Amino acid sequence: MANTSESSSAGQAMPVAVGQISAGLSAPGGGGTDGRRNGLDFSDAKPGRHSQDKIFHAVAVGCGALILVALGAVVLFLLLRAWPIFAGPQAKTSAVFASLSGGKAHGFWQYVGPLVFGTVVIAALALAIAFFVAVGVALFITFYARKRIQTVLNYVVDLLAAIPSVIYGLWGALVLVPATYPFWNWVSAHLGWIPLFAGPAANPPRTVASAAVILAIMIMPIITSMTRDIFAATPRLNQEAALALGATKWEMIKLTALPFAKSGMVSASMLALGRALGETMAVMMVLSPGMTYSWHWLQASKSQTIAANIAAQYPEADSLGVSALIATGLVLFVITFVVNLLARRITRKGGAR
Amino acid sequence: MHSTKLKRLIAVVSSFAMMAALSACGDNTPVDSSSASKGKNSGISGEFHGAGASSQQGAVEAWIATYQNHNRNAKIAYNPSGSGAGVSTFLTGATAWAGTDAPLNDQQIEQSKTICKSGSAFDVPVYVSPIAVMFNLKGISGQGKHLNMDAAVIARIFDGKITQWNDEAIKAENPKVNLPATPITVVHRSDKSGTTNNFTSYLKAAAPNDWGFQPQENWPNEVGQAAKGTDGVVSSIGQADGTIGYADLAKAGTFGTVSVKVGADYVAPASDAAAKTVNASPLHAVPKGSKRVVVNVEYATTVAGDYPIVSSSYAVACPAYKDAKTGAFVRDWLSYVLSDSGQKVAADNTGSAALGGALTQKALKSVNTIQAK
Repeated sequence: MANTSESSSAGQAMPVAVGQISAGLSAPGGGGTDGRRNGLDFSDAKPGRHSQDKIFHAVAVGCGALILVALGAVVLFLLLRAWPIFAGPQAKTSAVFASLSGGKAHGFWQYVGPLVFGTVVIAALALAIAFFVAVGVALFITFYARKRIQTVLNYVVDLLAAIPSVIYGLWGALVLVPATYPFWNWVSAHLGWIPLFAGPAANPPRTVASAAVILAIMIMPIITSMTRDIFAATPRLNQEAALALGATKWEMIKLTALPFAKSGMVSASMLALGRALGETMAVMMVLSPGMTYSWHWLQASKSQTIAANIAAQYPEADSLGVSALIATGLVLFVITFVVNLLARRITRKGGAR
Repeated sequence: MHSTKLKRLIAVVSSFAMMAALSACGDNTPVDSSSASKGKNSGISGEFHGAGASSQQGAVEAWIATYQNHNRNAKIAYNPSGSGAGVSTFLTGATAWAGTDAPLNDQQIEQSKTICKSGSAFDVPVYVSPIAVMFNLKGISGQGKHLNMDAAVIARIFDGKITQWNDEAIKAENPKVNLPATPITVVHRSDKSGTTNNFTSYLKAAAPNDWGFQPQENWPNEVGQAAKGTDGVVSSIGQADGTIGYADLAKAGTFGTVSVKVGADYVAPASDAAAKTVNASPLHAVPKGSKRVVVNVEYATTVAGDYPIVSSSYAVACPAYKDAKTGAFVRDWLSYVLSDSGQKVAADNTGSAALGGALTQKALKSVNTIQAK
């Protein structure tokens, strides 16, 4: 009974609410048959409005709380399952880490340290590669491309974003990575004096550099599609004003589009960074893992990411080993949390300007 | 005209052949099942699960297929989740048996007392396979082609001390081969692996002066490249010139393999040579009354014709199960796996070494004591 009465009142009140919103926003001419709806007169909506607001309020709060519950449940699960490795006797846990790392680590921080290093380096490198290309593509799509090319590119970019990471991983491991050896070899031969590119380049190049390239290709569409939409929303007036003042097209972009889109670009790349930090299958398939703090991007077996390490080690791990791996997952969780926190800071600053 | 006649002839002949084949099918089925019921079908029925080493997967699948031919009412599934996971699952009592590359440790044996009806779990070798050191070197590698190396050279290659294919040490053992100056890329496993454990055990036993690491399931140094799983290693080897790695012989495909120096001769990897090594190896000392049969593979063997890099994989079972039906199944199943026909099925399907002889007799003796009632 209560249900039907509610829905009937909602049915009456709905057009009113819609009318109010559209009236508040842009005051369109023909809001409805009833002239009062164009004004801010709510008198006729009163009976339904409060209960409806209450329902909407409750639903919204519930949705918000659900997010917190999910997050809390993840944290709780990670903490509970990781607990044995922190609480267990020293001798046992150090044996677990020794067996997981092939005798190279004996404590949790010793084990997780190189993994954190690898995760952050590979993700940051991927973002550095992807960011400029992605922004360039977005600029081209919004300001330079002709209509038909624009449509095609939009479609392709969105399609790229939808490809599952396993597909990228397979393609990368079997096709792209072996094919890039001549290029990496050339880089190490000519730029080898920079420690980052010190050779000899690994062959097949299943290295940090290759993994970063694959990740960059994976996260590029995310940044592109978001920045593209933001560029498209740059106020037309600003653009025209800049052009009227005699700015070239590039100056117009620099003066209007880039400052306007700044915080959006940052949050897009942080979203992409999140994907890069957590990417598992592609990294596992492409990267030859190692447990060192090495900056030699073109050499194999130097770094490994947390997510790929969990996936690789999980099947053969015993119960305490699983706890150890979940503890590294907890660290990854903290890293993504920190990244998001920093992103919020940056976007808030960018938005204020 | 002529061609249509020919076509007609072909059509007629092939339809006859099909009919014959189909009728053969129809005739065979009842004969098969009746012979099965007369012979091996010991009334095993129900669903049974195993889990464990992925190295055994191919063999276990072949065993399941043939076993179910004779035991129509038994439904068997094997989850190749890995040795560690397999034994863990077994120790919760969720599976009838487990496959593992590493023999049980004391803690696991102690733990098994809670899930077995009486006594503690034991392991018997069921799957033995030669591990080949395989390489991809332009102009030199190829199916059935070998390079000669002794344990010291292999150890130094895999420890990054020999970095070129035309190194004097390799040349000295292969005087007739024109080795190029290609750099060597070592490929090893990135995940925990029984294969790595066996390979490092061999290096430690046969070249103690050149291999400073303890045998272990994780690759111990940072030399070369790491890849996930046997297939990852094989695909990495295939991707570049100058690579060398280790994997089950069955996966060698078109790569060249290393003939390992044993005694005074070089022995190419082969399943019968591997079986010979395992059969001649001493057994792990076990307390009196224990049913365990664990081989201490003689990696440093010098007997002519033995191939020393061998992986041995085990099946774990209880001497008595809380559910008698499970006991009857495991007893029947493992006897089949260890039988000559079972071992032959695995060898035909996976290139493993068919066991036999005293070792299998001992394992069968253990399996036959499993309580079936």
